[in-house]
Amino acid sequence: MNLLKVLPILFIIICTSCSSSHDSQKEIKIGSKKFTESVIIGDIISQLATSQGADVEYRKELGGTRVLWNGLLGGDIDIYPEYTGTVTQEILSDKNITNQRELKEELAKYKIGISQPLGFNNTYALGMKRENADKLGIKTISDLKEHPELKFGFTNEFMNRGDGWPSLRSAYSLPQQNVQGLDHDLAYRGLDSGHIDVIDLYSTDAEISYYNLKVLDDDEKHFEDYFAVLLYRKDLENRNPETLSTILKLEQNIPEQKMVEMNASVKIDGISEKTVASNYLKETHKIETNPAEENFFGRLYRNTLQHLFLVAISLSTAIIVSIPLGIFAYQNKKVGHLVLGVVGIIQTLPSLALLVFMIPFFGIGAVPAIVALFLYSLLPIVRNTYSGLKDIPREIRESGEALGLTPFARLRLIELPLASRSIVSGIKTSAVINVGTATLGALIGAGGYGQPILTGIRLDNMGLILEGAIPAAVLALLVQGLFDLSERVFVPLGLRLEEEKH
Amino acid sequence: MINLLNISKDYGENHAVKSIDLIIETGKTTVLIGPSGCGKSTILRIIIGLITPERGEVHIEGDTLTSDNLILLRRKMGYVIQEGGLFPNLTAQGNVSLMASYLGWDKNRIQKRISELCDLTKFPKDALTRYPIQISGGQRQRLSLMRALMLDPDILLLDEPLGALDPLIRSELQNDLKEIFSTLGKTVVMVTHDIGEAAFFGDKVVLIKEGRIIQEGKIYDLAKKPSDPFVTTFINAQRSHLASIGDKSS
Repeated sequence: MNLLKVLPILFIIICTSCSSSHDSQKEIKIGSKKFTESVIIGDIISQLATSQGADVEYRKELGGTRVLWNGLLGGDIDIYPEYTGTVTQEILSDKNITNQRELKEELAKYKIGISQPLGFNNTYALGMKRENADKLGIKTISDLKEHPELKFGFTNEFMNRGDGWPSLRSAYSLPQQNVQGLDHDLAYRGLDSGHIDVIDLYSTDAEISYYNLKVLDDDEKHFEDYFAVLLYRKDLENRNPETLSTILKLEQNIPEQKMVEMNASVKIDGISEKTVASNYLKETHKIETNPAEENFFGRLYRNTLQHLFLVAISLSTAIIVSIPLGIFAYQNKKVGHLVLGVVGIIQTLPSLALLVFMIPFFGIGAVPAIVALFLYSLLPIVRNTYSGLKDIPREIRESGEALGLTPFARLRLIELPLASRSIVSGIKTSAVINVGTATLGALIGAGGYGQPILTGIRLDNMGLILEGAIPAAVLALLVQGLFDLSERVFVPLGLRLEEEKH
Repeated sequence: MINLLNISKDYGENHAVKSIDLIIETGKTTVLIGPSGCGKSTILRIIIGLITPERGEVHIEGDTLTSDNLILLRRKMGYVIQEGGLFPNLTAQGNVSLMASYLGWDKNRIQKRISELCDLTKFPKDALTRYPIQISGGQRQRLSLMRALMLDPDILLLDEPLGALDPLIRSELQNDLKEIFSTLGKTVVMVTHDIGEAAFFGDKVVLIKEGRIIQEGKIYDLAKKPSDPFVTTFINAQRSHLASIGDKSS
């Protein structure tokens, strides 16, 4: 195999990709969560910083609070919009924070700063269809106790967080058993179609009026205040004070009604977050930003490059590592079983969990995604290398020995060529899994075809979902075709003739 | 000369070879014969170092076989097995020239040697570009013999080389092999279970039963001066039934 030729090229790719340096003085890395409000505020911050002359890197739609918080601590993100309740109830839930001053002090221990509230309180609430609520006479969360038959559909985050479903259930002694976790944007659709009766929602959600929902009164005052704030790395105060102070002009400047309106512009009217953010800055701050909207081909090109980058690096390193591992497993039967067992266990981890698991070690962005994809690609190649070698008939293996070839020469001249078909098919399996799994990389800021899928799910835009799903499927087919062709190069003609004859 | 000294090999509880002493003379053909599972192939595999015996020593042309000199000593031996053991990923030419290329022979020397071997083994030169899957069983065995002879080894080890061939091709190859052995004058050790084949090739025949040598000598001695009733039983078991038809008709 021509691995030795590929190796230096790969090395150069990795080096150049890592060394793309920015001017750290003017650089600012902005993050947002994967719901519309967060994306809009992220766009507002980005455009404000750009107007001030900063070099902006915006990682939008990251998958969950932990991803952003760890990104902030690790320096992959400088600033992102957060809610006070999320900090006290989830990020620092073990600290028992009761007021703004304590919150600020606790965050300072992590070298994290917090802005004044931006001007709106986006608290959790429970909602149901107005006609349904009126029919059953439900006005408050306490009223739900009388209706154990209702089906609840909550965001996965709400199912697990400190102030989420478990504590809400005990605070109100709610009897409902039928509770399922799902994506927030899907929950609205489930509610609309009647599959779910009650969902958690955010009080600034545009869908509340769009779907004509009843927000149930939190009569026991269970939910905390969720004032929108900005969390930022303290070092930004020294590194880039002008940009930070420009961004902090947002403090107390986004009233609740304005936020609901902006959410509706994006989610109901289909206006892009960039345009909505730009309009807000023009109206409220008299700042002209004119953000460039990327067209379809621009997005496709960028997503393709990002996706190929993830797949190419992770797959080629997996090939380089797995084939020797497979050979090792074959030559050392006892330790070999251990190797096969370990890569097998990695394969059983859910891919999303593996991605998130990488964040403490590698931060967010392409690196943790590549490491996770690399780990995910090991098993098929290791296993097929091992079994390809193991399945060589004894008489052929012994013929090589009897000739007086050294073990390494036997491996190179006879055994690896004979195992080549099995190895190539292992690589093919890995590649197809890799291309599909790489779409999840968008959740931790790695971009790729997963990005339009995430946005599409968020905005209920099938076109956007397909914009990621179709190229990903095409790429998987292309990769498979490529490896089918590569069999002609790597699998010796004699073996292919043998297969045709059988 | 190959000298086996007090060789034993166990597979778990099964004693495949039990304290065998055997001298294989240079330039002669020695045939190891016996029923299936008697240990005759095991002895051959011990000589070429594919199996390490629990006890005993193998001396090859004066050198004691050890893990250190194993690879070098193997290059002084050619090994041919029943189905040929050819490498399916290589052409006929690739199979034969593998070791020579590995050892750095130049192309002309390789071509010249292959040409000689084609003449010797009657392997058609135009089949050299074919893969093992594309040639007949008889040709595969000729090719396997060419591969074994490529480095001009002193010793040839053949493990039932004709066992998988049909009778006509087998008989043809027997004649050719015998001619080759006498032309080259190499030390040959052949394993077979066919008494006729043993009689045809063997300067010396070694009859083995359950891992022990029962009798060794010329086939005439085994037939006429059996040292054990089993010798007669084994020889008679393979008597041709055609002979008995002939007896009745005369």
